[in-house]
Amino acid sequence: MRIGSAKQSYAADAALFDSRTQWAWVGVLVASLLAFPFVANEYWLYLACLVAINIASTTGLNLLTGYTGLVSLGQSAFMGLGAYTVAILQIRYGTPMLLNLLAGGVVAMLAGVVVGVPSLRVKGLYLAIATIAAGVIAHFVFSHFADLTGGSAGLSVPPAQVLGVVLDSSFKLYWVIVPITVLLLIGAANLFRTRIGRAFIAIRDRDISAEVLGIPLLRYKLLSFAISSFYAGVAGGLFAYFFRAITPESFPLIMSIFFLAAVIVGGMGTMLGSVLGAVFMTLVPEVLKLIVGWLPLGESAMLVLSPVRTIVFGLMIVLFLIFEPHGLAEVWRRIRRLFHLWPFRT
Amino acid sequence: MDWWLLFEIGLAGIGSGGLYALTGLAFVMIYKATRVVNLAIGEMLMFSAYMLLAFTTGMGLPIWLAIPGALLVSAVFGMLVERTLIRPMLGESPISSFMVTVGLSSILVGLVELVWTADQQRLPEFLPTDAIRLGDAFISPKVFYGFWIAVLLIAAVLLLFRFWRGGVALRATASDQAAAYSMGINVPRVFSMAWMAAAVIAGVAGIVVGSIGGLSSVMGAFGLSVLVVVIFGGLDSVLGALVGGLIVGLVEALSGFYLGGEYKILATFSLLVLILMVRPYGLFGTHEIERL
Repeated sequence: MRIGSAKQSYAADAALFDSRTQWAWVGVLVASLLAFPFVANEYWLYLACLVAINIASTTGLNLLTGYTGLVSLGQSAFMGLGAYTVAILQIRYGTPMLLNLLAGGVVAMLAGVVVGVPSLRVKGLYLAIATIAAGVIAHFVFSHFADLTGGSAGLSVPPAQVLGVVLDSSFKLYWVIVPITVLLLIGAANLFRTRIGRAFIAIRDRDISAEVLGIPLLRYKLLSFAISSFYAGVAGGLFAYFFRAITPESFPLIMSIFFLAAVIVGGMGTMLGSVLGAVFMTLVPEVLKLIVGWLPLGESAMLVLSPVRTIVFGLMIVLFLIFEPHGLAEVWRRIRRLFHLWPFRT
Repeated sequence: MDWWLLFEIGLAGIGSGGLYALTGLAFVMIYKATRVVNLAIGEMLMFSAYMLLAFTTGMGLPIWLAIPGALLVSAVFGMLVERTLIRPMLGESPISSFMVTVGLSSILVGLVELVWTADQQRLPEFLPTDAIRLGDAFISPKVFYGFWIAVLLIAAVLLLFRFWRGGVALRATASDQAAAYSMGINVPRVFSMAWMAAAVIAGVAGIVVGSIGGLSSVMGAFGLSVLVVVIFGGLDSVLGALVGGLIVGLVEALSGFYLGGEYKILATFSLLVLILMVRPYGLFGTHEIERL
């Protein structure tokens, strides 16, 4: 706790940023996000876009798993639905990009509601495994309705156009992807200042108590699934515009596990956690690539890289759960506290 | 309709169902004793099969020495996993321990790819290879012997559960941990034992599966079908694992034959969704009553 920040109204208590210093830091962050594309090279811009897409999806999953307590392994399926919707709309009808993204989100949202229906009866890990079924069925649909989805060859998406600008490079896409992600993040953060968000948290803490307190479980669980899948759908749509090619194999089960891992590594039930987790999980493979490149392995370096990535991915999940179960958000908080309280400890 | 053909496919399905039942049993054992949903069961199975490969092809040991050796290594591995990864998760939420096993599966896949590459490998032949006929139906000998190995092992495990002191301790721990503790049962040791036993059972299944279909780093996908089996039968029911194994094996074989290979996994997962709609805790699982 910080000293000297006595709140005098509920509005002040619920504010997202409660001090001038925090607003100043937000300003610095916005300025650096604006300046970033002009100083970074193509590779870093590519990574920035990828990170932003992953943040959007991780935030969605965190709403569902971290805040509502419903574990889902179907996130990649919803992303796939969003991606395919966007791709089909873009290829067939050439509708505007933002409309396509919205449609992608809505389609994923509807699917999310359907997948969420069993969540009232099926609980905990039974639910997690049932959501794997969503992934299996989505993969089947993507590869078998070939007229619409291009079968196992997938679809290649033409570059999007916004205001007459063709978005064909990471630099141009950055100006669409990052603002959308920021909007989604602000939306999610504000959701937990409302009745709905508080209902989610109550359901996570104990769903039966929540129901006794007058929270309609079915409605709110479905709502949580809907919002979470909407985020996944939009992220999937951005994914389609970013990679410009999607196949049924673009959205495997391991991708859902990746997002769940990002939520855990970042910190369940914190907005900061979604961001930190997604950034961390996306950048670690790149750092590994650098390290493996430095090692004197010669030809075999590329052969070693993929298994090492898999091992490190698993190790990160395990080590974080054992040694830092509250994730990077907690580490962040600890570092901040250190500065606040210095020269005293904790 | 060719009834012999149907019979043949049914037998093949039951054959692979036996292996599902066996692996499901290992899964249920871990779940009953430690309440951990072990997503890494498929990878544990893969680990034992690769250990056998290391002992036979790698070190040139005879098969009768290599199989017990591989199972012994699996047992030690199961104990190590329980000690280093599962024990620290005691008292944490079930999601945490579940995710730890997800991480473990990823680590195992990576290790196998690092040591043996992702290419397909073959175990040396050790099951008899003459084809088996039942009337007009042919059964692949490996599936046939694999099934009988599974049946024998399941019977042995069930007998041990029933009569052996350790088995009784395990059942006592499963039904009430605190009571078991106060009756002098060493619960942490039961945890270790359950993981060791499950690793060995999964190891046997892995060796049979590996000798039928070859080894590769995606062998863990077998574990996905096993998940369907145990959810179908109920996470904490031995009977459920056995019945579920046979049914899932049958459904996979029939859908694979009549609809095509890519429908296999769709069929099993649709079955899973159906069952969860009707009975959210599986066919024979305990329906836990929640109280505030």
